[in-house]
Amino acid sequence: MTALPETTRKKLGLVIDLDTCVGCQACATSCKEWNTAGYSAPLSDHDPYGADPHGAWLNRIHNYEVGEGEAGRTVHFPRSCLHCETPACVTVCPTGASYKRAEDGIVLVDPDTCIGCKLCSWACAYGAREYDYAHGVMKKCTLCVDRIYNETFEPEDRVPACVKACPTSARHFGDLGDPESDVSKLVAQRQGFDLLPDMGFKPTNKYLPPRAKRDATAAGALMPVTAAIKPKGTEAGTVSAKFFAWADRVLSN
Amino acid sequence: MHPAYSVILFTTASGAGYGLLVWLAVSALLVRIIPPGMTPALVAFGTAFALITVGLMSSTLHLGRPERAWRAMSQWRTSWLSREGVLAIITYPIAGLLALAWMYGFGGPILTGLLALATIASAVATLWCTGMIYASLPTVRAWHMPLVAPIYVVLGLATGGVLHNLIGTLLLGTMPVLPTAAALVALAVAWFLKSNYWESIDSAARTYTAESATGLGGYGKVRSLDPPHSRANFVMREMGYEVARKHALKLRRLVMLALFAIPAGCLVLSLLTGAGMPVLLALIAAASAAVGVATERWLFFAEAEHVVVLFYGKDAA
Repeated sequence: MTALPETTRKKLGLVIDLDTCVGCQACATSCKEWNTAGYSAPLSDHDPYGADPHGAWLNRIHNYEVGEGEAGRTVHFPRSCLHCETPACVTVCPTGASYKRAEDGIVLVDPDTCIGCKLCSWACAYGAREYDYAHGVMKKCTLCVDRIYNETFEPEDRVPACVKACPTSARHFGDLGDPESDVSKLVAQRQGFDLLPDMGFKPTNKYLPPRAKRDATAAGALMPVTAAIKPKGTEAGTVSAKFFAWADRVLSN
Repeated sequence: MHPAYSVILFTTASGAGYGLLVWLAVSALLVRIIPPGMTPALVAFGTAFALITVGLMSSTLHLGRPERAWRAMSQWRTSWLSREGVLAIITYPIAGLLALAWMYGFGGPILTGLLALATIASAVATLWCTGMIYASLPTVRAWHMPLVAPIYVVLGLATGGVLHNLIGTLLLGTMPVLPTAAALVALAVAWFLKSNYWESIDSAARTYTAESATGLGGYGKVRSLDPPHSRANFVMREMGYEVARKHALKLRRLVMLALFAIPAGCLVLSLLTGAGMPVLLALIAAASAAVGVATERWLFFAEAEHVVVLFYGKDAA
């Protein structure tokens, strides 16, 4: 049913650290690899080796440039379903294929009843739902529901594929409804925030802000690249440079 | 937003069909324009049902899994799309009974009146639900507006009124003053609401920014450095559609002319000239309104910006 549960017993979700994410795409690749063989039908790709390659991905990594000049920085920004507490993508669904689970708050699509009307993708502010052109249904992050409860896995592997893959521990998984959980403590400690809070969807996933930059003038800061010493003999006009240029001409003939 | 032709055909064709049903029902209550009997009822109700059915069939072309379309009736408690589906189906038997009463003349004025009232309620409610599918989405600024659902209803009535005029003129040779005037009023109200709508989407502030979307505003201006992929993905294809401002303004003028000015001019002329060339004028009015409403619906999608574009390099939405 597309009516939302009044409360959920858990609020399972992700905490994403924008300070330590290096934008390596390992989470996105691992997500695609796991989910193309998992819960729903394969995440199809189209024209993969042609001029217009595209396909369904459940996790995408943006790269932003924030601020100006020396104060500027690059922020790598993973974006996937936030498993909102009041997700409009669920309530607009005409078939009941979209639902939010009362037991853990995970938002899922039933691939056997989805009609592919795409209205849920219009209702989502975060671009989290992607239509699968081959399968004709909507795909989205399942929080790896087929991993996290999988008792054939070792306990440390019962986390979403993206969390398992992250080489910098920028992704954390847990119950954000429990104030004593590690993820809740992390959010409190690092002032985790919601994306587009004014939209009113109450995202479960939280983002941790980049930490303040170290003072560039402080002791121990890296030497500016321009001051680095260039290796001798590479400037044009030196004897060795002229020799190598002559050698290059001779060998090219 | 990407303007899908199937959805444009669906909302405009069934919009005019439900509008025509409303005018037929109103005339059944007040003064019957289309005469009773088999042929007139078949032509009038047949046109309405054909438009509605073509529209609904076209809307299923938009689906990834059309064979599962029946499932869309189930979630009317929360989903405007589901409510629209339920009401669209309910309207068939109600208006169908009215059509049968029209054909065979059974039932007294009370039964016909009740069927007519139910047809009006059901058809207007269906149009309202179509509008609310869009108006209920806070993610699209140009849709999340109080004028959107009323415009869907009034445009249905205006285009249905122009059709009612055409069918009446074809069957009777000329159309009485009252229904022609009613169609003119519907066109005028639709023109007024649509002009106001364009003014309000032009003047309304873009409250969401790339900074508020990413939560990084505290560090300065946010610019997209690298998108997550080399080519447009589904989200960009569906939600990232843009129309150039100057093209949009030209198309708005076309809507003003084709949807409102020309049909209204034709109706006024046919009122003034009496039995001059009513069929030709009614035909021009209907053809022009069809072009106009299709353009209006295309613009309704093409001009709408979705908030998700903020993650993909847009500054505000």
